[in-house]
Amino acid sequence: MRAVARRLATIVPTLIGVVIVTFLLTRVLPGDPAAYFAGPTADQASIDQIRAALGLDQPLPVQFAAYVKDLATGNLGNALSTGQPVLTELAARLPASAELTLTALLISMSIAIPLGILAAVKEGSFIDHVCRVVTTAGVSLPVFFTGLLFVYVFYYLLGWAPAPVGRLDVYFTEPERITGFFTIDSLLAGDLETFRAAASQLFLPAATLALFSLAPIARMTRASMLSVLSSEFIRTARAAGLRSRTVILAYAFRNAMLPVVTTLGMVFSFLLGANVLVEKVFAWPGVGSFAVEALIQSDYAPVQGFVLAMALLYVALNLVIDLVYGLIDPRVRLEA
Amino acid sequence: MSNVDLSVAAAAPLPGPAATPARPATGFAAALSHARYVATSNPVTGFAFALFFLITLAAIVGPVIAPYDPLASDTAAALQPPSAAHWFGTDQVGRDIFSRVLVATRLDLVIAICSVALVFCLGGFAGICAGFFGGWTDRIMSRVSDTIMAFPLFVLAMGIVAALGNTVTNIVIATAIVNFPLYQRIARAEANIRREAGFVQAARLTGNSEMRILLTQILPNIMPIMAVQMSLTMGYAILNAAGLSFIGLGVKPPTPEWGIMVAEGAGFIISGEWWIALFPGLALMIAVFCFNLLGDGLRDIIDPQRRT
Amino acid sequence: MSTLLDVKALTVEFATRRGTVQAVKRVDLEVAKGETVGVVGESGSGKSVTSYAVMRILDRAGRIADGSVAFSGLDLRAATERQMTDLRGREISMIFQNPRMALNPIRKVGRQIEDVLRRHAQAGSMDARAKAIEMLTQVRIARPEERYHAYPFELSGGMCQRIVIALALACRPQLLIADEPTTGLDVTTQKAVMDLVSELTKARGMSTILITHDLGLAAAYCDKVVVMKKGEVVETAGAREVFAAPKDDYTKRLMRATPRPGSTLRGLLPEGTAPAERPAAAGSGETLLKVEGLLKEYPRQGVSKTWRQMFGGGAAATDEAPFRAVDGISFEIARGESLGLVGESGCGKSTTSMMVMRLLDPTAGKITLGGDDIGAIPARSFAASKHRRRIQMVFQDPTDSLNPRFTAARAIADPLLRMSALKGRHAIRTRCEELATLVGLPLDLLDRFPHQLSGGQKARVGIARAIALDPELVILDEPTAALDVSVQAVVLNLLDDLKAKLGMSYLFVSHDLHVVRLLCDRVIVMRQGRIVEEGTSEKVLEAPEADYTRELISAIPHPPV
Repeated sequence: MRAVARRLATIVPTLIGVVIVTFLLTRVLPGDPAAYFAGPTADQASIDQIRAALGLDQPLPVQFAAYVKDLATGNLGNALSTGQPVLTELAARLPASAELTLTALLISMSIAIPLGILAAVKEGSFIDHVCRVVTTAGVSLPVFFTGLLFVYVFYYLLGWAPAPVGRLDVYFTEPERITGFFTIDSLLAGDLETFRAAASQLFLPAATLALFSLAPIARMTRASMLSVLSSEFIRTARAAGLRSRTVILAYAFRNAMLPVVTTLGMVFSFLLGANVLVEKVFAWPGVGSFAVEALIQSDYAPVQGFVLAMALLYVALNLVIDLVYGLIDPRVRLEA
Repeated sequence: MSNVDLSVAAAAPLPGPAATPARPATGFAAALSHARYVATSNPVTGFAFALFFLITLAAIVGPVIAPYDPLASDTAAALQPPSAAHWFGTDQVGRDIFSRVLVATRLDLVIAICSVALVFCLGGFAGICAGFFGGWTDRIMSRVSDTIMAFPLFVLAMGIVAALGNTVTNIVIATAIVNFPLYQRIARAEANIRREAGFVQAARLTGNSEMRILLTQILPNIMPIMAVQMSLTMGYAILNAAGLSFIGLGVKPPTPEWGIMVAEGAGFIISGEWWIALFPGLALMIAVFCFNLLGDGLRDIIDPQRRT
Repeated sequence: MSTLLDVKALTVEFATRRGTVQAVKRVDLEVAKGETVGVVGESGSGKSVTSYAVMRILDRAGRIADGSVAFSGLDLRAATERQMTDLRGREISMIFQNPRMALNPIRKVGRQIEDVLRRHAQAGSMDARAKAIEMLTQVRIARPEERYHAYPFELSGGMCQRIVIALALACRPQLLIADEPTTGLDVTTQKAVMDLVSELTKARGMSTILITHDLGLAAAYCDKVVVMKKGEVVETAGAREVFAAPKDDYTKRLMRATPRPGSTLRGLLPEGTAPAERPAAAGSGETLLKVEGLLKEYPRQGVSKTWRQMFGGGAAATDEAPFRAVDGISFEIARGESLGLVGESGCGKSTTSMMVMRLLDPTAGKITLGGDDIGAIPARSFAASKHRRRIQMVFQDPTDSLNPRFTAARAIADPLLRMSALKGRHAIRTRCEELATLVGLPLDLLDRFPHQLSGGQKARVGIARAIALDPELVILDEPTAALDVSVQAVVLNLLDDLKAKLGMSYLFVSHDLHVVRLLCDRVIVMRQGRIVEEGTSEKVLEAPEADYTRELISAIPHPPV
């Protein structure tokens, strides 16, 4: 419990840093945000008016205080395209992104970890070579390119997948919102047809993301498994006659998971970024495509809100990862 | 005390496994022979080196040998599939995709090289100082890294380019910034484990100032590790820049650049015109693949474990 | 006595980049029931590989190429892997060097013992825990119920080795293979661990193979000794015969090189090559180094540390007293004298030497060198001080102390470049060659990099660098701890010769009183940051006053005198 509290305390400076950086991105960098917000056709008077309205004529510390106050009240500004508050827009789209990312992570972990373990246990075998090719190729694939390739093969050529038009085909109605995940909501509603439709829409983008995140996980699993297998306590376990299965699963695997769990943090960072690209390719109505649309329209507030929201989400995910790490490794737990 | 004693003690044979290693070659020749060993024993690394050479060549002479003007549109020949005249086909306004892919090599490579060089200097220096001097330098540098790491990297790059303005220079800067923590941390860790190493202590005893130790003792020992990292991040830098162009940041059309070209071809995929997106995408993939293989190969070359 | 293990003409090959290498060549080894056999050899002699081959736990690259291994009549070479797993832990067990690494870091030690018990059906789910705790009691772990739940990182090195022993003996095997079981442990811990192993194996009528580089250890605990050299057995005989009348030349040399009570510095060198003994050169009486009330404190690492770092102290007041690594010690070294500083790990001897070396600032106390108060100059700026060249050091690990990117010549030239009046490539090179000759380093090795030199050669480079500026005081920080005994013998003699020739003083930091005695006129014994005994080497060794010194001396195993 103490360790948890300690870990929670360490996110305070991180959060402060995040807020400062997002503030810097909005206010201090070259260019005139007021002119930016006013749009290309605005005259000087209206720019000045907007500047005053935004508080940009105030000294920086005052601006920062106002910015923090806005954040505290959840005010991230309004999106020009819809006129809605950015926070509302983000909240509405987050489940779509979350469903995609989590499905992808689930798929990639369930393939990558067994693959990495097998490759390490049978070092130099066929499966090891497969693992090495997959991991090196996997990190080299531009995620937007794999997505397009999948669309071409599975939609255009084979016709197995539906058109990449978002979360659900137009003929279906959205299931009642409970978790915001269409697959789960449709199941909860007992609507198998909708579930099938939602799942088939989800499959290609999730597979694209999964392929992308598979490489680092498999690579790290293989590497850490190899190093653990050659460590001295494994030799002791073997010398004590423990069965291969026990040695690999109870001794090696748990130790090897420690660096893998750490790597998950990095994988999440990649995933949240790649999400933006995949959502664009598959017209997935998540937070990423929302941010890209806003970018194209030079609508600044949603982009800021998006960056901040992703950072907060990522900080939270890292926190969870650290706590999981603590569960596996007593050394971290008992240091407190 | 006589000199005789000394010479005898000195001349006493070194017993045990003290047999001198059978490699009296000088450092460079040894490294070269080792490089040859790695390249031949691991054909993949040899292949990566060859590929790297080809890509560099394309970047240098690409614009000269391109069969068509990469910007010249020819609406009569729009959307043609690959043929003898247009190896990679033509796009929606009839530009030759092969020429565009070839010419784009230079821009993509320059963006990646500039950003990696930038982050190598800044991140590497910050990390070595943090690891070697510790204290406040370390705390500030680590805090900067932590803050950058608190963002998903691609998302931060998006935010930076959006804020700084939509230019190629800013893509370079953004890519360098998001890679900063990686370099800073590696350099810090490597400098830190060597800070109290025997040979560093010995250098202190022989009157070297801390700064001189940093430059002559620590830096040369960290360089190989950083070089491997550079190769690995080159791939990431190319992906990052192409990704940003794909969502409309950075390079503007009609400039030939792999990310934009894939984005332009994206709309045609669902109607079956695959070649517009495929070839720039493949080029992108091969370049990144090459740098990743190269990084792995370099690691084998410098890894002292494999060297013995 | 009937034979338990019979190894005949065992040959083990390793596939390496440079082709196949025979690590073990036609080795014969016989272990009778209830017998303890010592396998002795220096590094690279193939003693560990032999035992791994017996257990069939060689690395992927290694394989048994020839020979036979029979264990109570069973052919282990022909046994299936399944039979071997059944055998390991139940019939043959093994304990390893570096006990902390030999245990699963994230599994409770009690559970690890249980795993073995359950595997060999020595316990079911009902009684496994009780039996594990019983094993902990047998290896004399205090409060076994509590320790059952401990993780390896919470236990000391000695305790970890007891756990490994418990693990190995849990299923009452007939043969225990102990591979350097006490290397890296303090001598007093070593004695406790070895006594425990010997007592438990005797009580159970077990056979033991003790693999060690330490002849003294083999002499103290073995019935029979097998001496190995470069993969071959050079001599096999009863322990008493080997030590009384070694037959093989290599055994003789090894025997001579091992320091023991009564041995002399010259006596360590191979017969015939040793020059005449030099009469002990006493110091001139003039004080060179004077240390008074030296104290070093470290803050204790508490829970509140992170908080304090983050929020600049205040909130969490520290009522804990700081940890005193060195607790107010005083001593003197005369010109031309050698002083030994002896103690077990954590006694503060390294901290003391670092402070005298001026690499670390003391919390309090005074250090004067020839009348100059060098303790007053902060460690940070001491590199630029004119006193820097007067104190130099030879480091413990010759590999770690050489920059892997510098050639031997460049390493030796470093102090010359920084602090001598010598100018020009030629002058410096000449001086380097002079120094190399002085320390017995062949000149053609000067352009090699550290990884192309042997341990002994690297040690010579380190010594040449330390004496390059004619220092007045040289600190020797366990200079031979990483070397084989025969190399140690040569290096110790070299150091003694250099001292006599150049008139330096030594501060010799070591854990081994027998080694210190060879080189030093006076000895200081340290424990927990304090000096427990001080006196001439002879007096401290032969008539120690402090209980701790007595314990220390009796714990050091040595071949019979």
